[in-house]
Amino acid sequence: MLGTLTLLLSCQLVGELTARLLHLPVPGPVIGMVLLFVGLLVRGGVPEPLQETAGGILRHLSLLFVPAGVGVMAHLNRLEAEALPIAAALLGSTLIGVALTAWVMSALSRRGPDAETGNGEDAS
Amino acid sequence: MSPDFHEIWVYLSASPLAGLTLTLAAYQAGMWVFERFGRRPALNPVMIAVLLIAATLMVAGIDYRTYFDGAQFVHFLLGPATVALAVPLYRQFQQVRRSAVALLVALLTGSAASALSAVGIAWALGASERTMLSLAPKSVTSPIAMGVSEQIGGLPSLTAVFVILTGIIAASFGTWVLNLVRVTDWRARGFGLGVAAHGIGTARALQVNEVAGAFAGLGMGLNGLVTAILLPVLYRLFFT
Repeated sequence: MLGTLTLLLSCQLVGELTARLLHLPVPGPVIGMVLLFVGLLVRGGVPEPLQETAGGILRHLSLLFVPAGVGVMAHLNRLEAEALPIAAALLGSTLIGVALTAWVMSALSRRGPDAETGNGEDAS
Repeated sequence: MSPDFHEIWVYLSASPLAGLTLTLAAYQAGMWVFERFGRRPALNPVMIAVLLIAATLMVAGIDYRTYFDGAQFVHFLLGPATVALAVPLYRQFQQVRRSAVALLVALLTGSAASALSAVGIAWALGASERTMLSLAPKSVTSPIAMGVSEQIGGLPSLTAVFVILTGIIAASFGTWVLNLVRVTDWRARGFGLGVAAHGIGTARALQVNEVAGAFAGLGMGLNGLVTAILLPVLYRLFFT
């Protein structure tokens, strides 16, 4: 676990440095993700400890958004003053974004024999 | 207030321990409610945690900055977690390669539609320019969205709030809208959530299905790239 955490942080660090040195508009962690992905391709498999640690962090991914979310406190005045446009824009654009992306993707991709499908009951 | 109690209060509000503990406790309370009432998407654990923490801070009279001094340790893990998304992505790489064209077209359509419809709806209902600019990058993960927001003249911290709200909306109503448009393919369902609602959409997709989770992680990463590159260009076209 310690080794894996070091690996994840190193990828992020190299990513951050690359973004700054080359003035890329892309955030460091995203470059880090690409680096780790390339590393896995080269190695040809996911080591067991990495699988475990990554799974552990990603299982609680939504926890990591809580601190930024509490920032809603600092903007209550603006949110109140522009409540209707903000609520409508967020709700409308998010539902349009999810639906349109998924619909285009499903319309364009032919169903392979191994494409798993959900029946839509409890799916997300 | 007794002197002892006052001393403890001073210690608690100055140390990161309180903010950190509060964050973890509130999130677990949110998870408990979510599990207890049949995992209904509308009872999103992030939303419950945010409301609990905000209410606690307001009652206790602690400002957001002080809280964030402690909570930043959780916030920091967003970076390594983003890197870790390479793992599910690698495991689904064969499937990703097979549907590369569909992914690319869906990505560009979905990315543009999310940003333009957000700005369009806000404009039609009379939002201020600051608010509109802060809304534009709200579909991508917070570090990217805040950077873009700053570049185009929005308020980064306001954008962070919009980012979280977008994620909560997608996690709550994503299932409903995906069923409405009759998309049953796990790859497409996951990709839609990732492109339109970054990490919270991805977390929701991971809860449901591993294939959906991998495609959501991919969608989140790709839309991060596309938005970071295209939005500043679009802004220059429309606003200057």
